[in-house]
Amino acid sequence: MKAGSYAPTRYLPFGDSAVLIEFGDAISLELNRKVIALDEAILEAEVQGVEELVPTYRSLLVRYDPLKMTYEQLVFRIKEIEEKAAESTAKVGGRKITVPVVYGGEYGPDLSHVARYHGLIEEQVVKLHSGREYRVYMIGFVAGFPYLGAVPDDIATPRLETPRLKVPAGSVGIAEKQTGIYPCEAPGGWQIIGRTPLELFDMLRQPPALLEPGDIVKFEPVSEEEFKTIRESIPKGVHMSFSEE
Amino acid sequence: MKVFQVLKPGMLTTVQDTGRYHYLRYGVPISGAMDVFSLVVADVLVGNNRNDACVETTLIGPELQALRRTQIAITGGTASPKINGSSVPMWQTLEICEGDVVSFGRMESGCRSYLSIRGGINTSLVLGSRSTFVRGRFGGIEGRQLKTADTIEGFDAPLLEVEYLTPEELQSQFTGDYKVHVVLGPQAEMFTEKGISTFLSNPYKVTLEADRMGYRLEGPIIEHKKKADIVSDALLPGAVQVPRDGKPIVIMRDAQTTGGYPKIAVTITPDVSLLGQAKPNDTLEFSKITVQQAHEKTREYYKLLNNLGALLMRKS
Repeated sequence: MKAGSYAPTRYLPFGDSAVLIEFGDAISLELNRKVIALDEAILEAEVQGVEELVPTYRSLLVRYDPLKMTYEQLVFRIKEIEEKAAESTAKVGGRKITVPVVYGGEYGPDLSHVARYHGLIEEQVVKLHSGREYRVYMIGFVAGFPYLGAVPDDIATPRLETPRLKVPAGSVGIAEKQTGIYPCEAPGGWQIIGRTPLELFDMLRQPPALLEPGDIVKFEPVSEEEFKTIRESIPKGVHMSFSEE
Repeated sequence: MKVFQVLKPGMLTTVQDTGRYHYLRYGVPISGAMDVFSLVVADVLVGNNRNDACVETTLIGPELQALRRTQIAITGGTASPKINGSSVPMWQTLEICEGDVVSFGRMESGCRSYLSIRGGINTSLVLGSRSTFVRGRFGGIEGRQLKTADTIEGFDAPLLEVEYLTPEELQSQFTGDYKVHVVLGPQAEMFTEKGISTFLSNPYKVTLEADRMGYRLEGPIIEHKKKADIVSDALLPGAVQVPRDGKPIVIMRDAQTTGGYPKIAVTITPDVSLLGQAKPNDTLEFSKITVQQAHEKTREYYKLLNNLGALLMRKS
């Protein structure tokens, strides 16, 4: 058993209408892969009585209709699906999505702090942040907010001591080893290093969130002019680069 | 179709239905009526569907002027409703005429009342629901609480020929001391035996920090074994989480969809409706039941909701 991973998977009652399936108690790619694999397998199996699934870092919440099944029946059925999902070699989800970002300046007021904290220059922080692919571990905090991991240790930075009352929509931040994007203006303590012109959440869109757990995100540095051009073109849905892996 | 004009908005008056489901994975809270049971009774009293949108009031109700003849019902927290200044009963169909003014008095018991309108309130559906999520600024009327001069639109529906009363035993009583059934877990094992018994054997008081997101409670400290943090995972209304300070927080309908505190227990569905009527200084006593017992109670509750039409009495 790897550190932080449970064997067997833990099935825990969550009130009378949900079961929480815990794969471990750590933030890790391996655990999150298991979460997403089971999420997809249950969705695919279209289990009668399953109402909705909430994948997070290391667990999957399954909300069900207690009029349609007992707790034991549900757990039995999901364990069957879990076994099959574990045997299958099918690759787990993961659309690749490019997110353009203007780094620094008024768009990323904490970029200089992050650089100083690590004894880097701002350009190095940008290069490190945009130089790797991130996995969407979960969506939470506010509608459409993706928790992405993990940033290189060289730029992992603690949250602000005093959170801001207002972080603008589109802000890209770092909190320890996580990076994330604010879909709407919200209070927050993440170190803001840039901003994307993309709409992370649009309630008139289906699905409403741009990103889903399991997606792969790549940040792409853009200029202020490009930011504005993209921003103006958003209603047409341009510049959201989706590609199946 | 314009049904009401808002003369006074009240303290926090919003449009709510039974909730916005299926979007938790995108971080969208369920929202909806804090006391779903009372909302459904209000709807059925005017012949609506069980999930039609109603007005939810909070402590101080609004003043609304009818713009046409229609039928309404008021349920939930006892709020001394009046029509044109004269007291009217709650929990029954009421006919009102164009120009009538519906107002509310002091909230004598409970915290929230529900006003249904024959045909249901018509606002745009947002992600399948009309519920207002004020913090997210969507749903209901422009994603906000009602304000003076707002118009409440309704769907056209012929008046009911028969009007109804709710039998007394179905009219919820909101005493301010609530017995709340919970299923322990999912993270009860992060607490000491003493911690769990503290939680189950003492009353907890609802503090002033109580709103549609959740209630912070005051009472004996609940002891964790070691850690008081978990890797963030999903939340649902009714979950009771306990941060490091050992004071429980009950999660309600507008709460964020994930959280990093361990959940000692989760409230059963019918009692989440009851919790929706709790207000500051009320006390909650938690008692544990098994999942199987919870299912029996919850099935009974759903059966009751589904049968309401047959249980209501005709007004003579």
